[in-house]
Amino acid sequence: MSENSSEIRYLTPPSIEVVKNKYCRFRKNRIKYIDYKDPNYLIHFVNEQGKILPRRITGTSLKYQRKVAQAIKRSRHLALMPYVGDLLK
Amino acid sequence: MKNRYETVFILTPVLSEAQAKETVGKFIKVLTGAGAKVHHEENWGLKKLAYPIQKKSTGFYNLLEFEAEGDVVSKLDIAFRRDEKVMRFLTVALNKDAIAYAESRRVRLKGTKA
Repeated sequence: MSENSSEIRYLTPPSIEVVKNKYCRFRKNRIKYIDYKDPNYLIHFVNEQGKILPRRITGTSLKYQRKVAQAIKRSRHLALMPYVGDLLK
Repeated sequence: MKNRYETVFILTPVLSEAQAKETVGKFIKVLTGAGAKVHHEENWGLKKLAYPIQKKSTGFYNLLEFEAEGDVVSKLDIAFRRDEKVMRFLTVALNKDAIAYAESRRVRLKGTKA
């Protein structure tokens, strides 16, 4: 059984990504309130075009994702953050 | 039942410093006239907007934190809409976490200013 498995030669070695389990940074650091007034913190949750990152990427829990989304929309309303940005990072 | 509110509003950059301060004073008068208690007032000065509002790309940002009855907010809202110097405003109710955060933020800001 093991011989033919060794015969399999991959052209490129299969890269096994290190699965880093995501955690919700708000629950971990006990952050209770997400301030809509400082855009430098909210930029972590927005991609280059200024769109809100989904939970599967940032790993935040549902409760705090809603708070983040609301804070971002408020700061967009106050022109602290762009609706459509470019190269925000 | 008094609850805590926080208002951020943007004044057009065309104003001189004195006019901006006088406009802010007018809104504080509107608030105190309606029986609200202004806790904290902040002036972020002239800031660049993330996108142009009314063809202008900068504005005077001001923050007002106050404690008031519910109906005061609609009075403030009407005052903001009537005044054409105000480009944009946002009033937010603060729950207990937000109040705690606002207090700690004030201490932090006071630290840098002093």
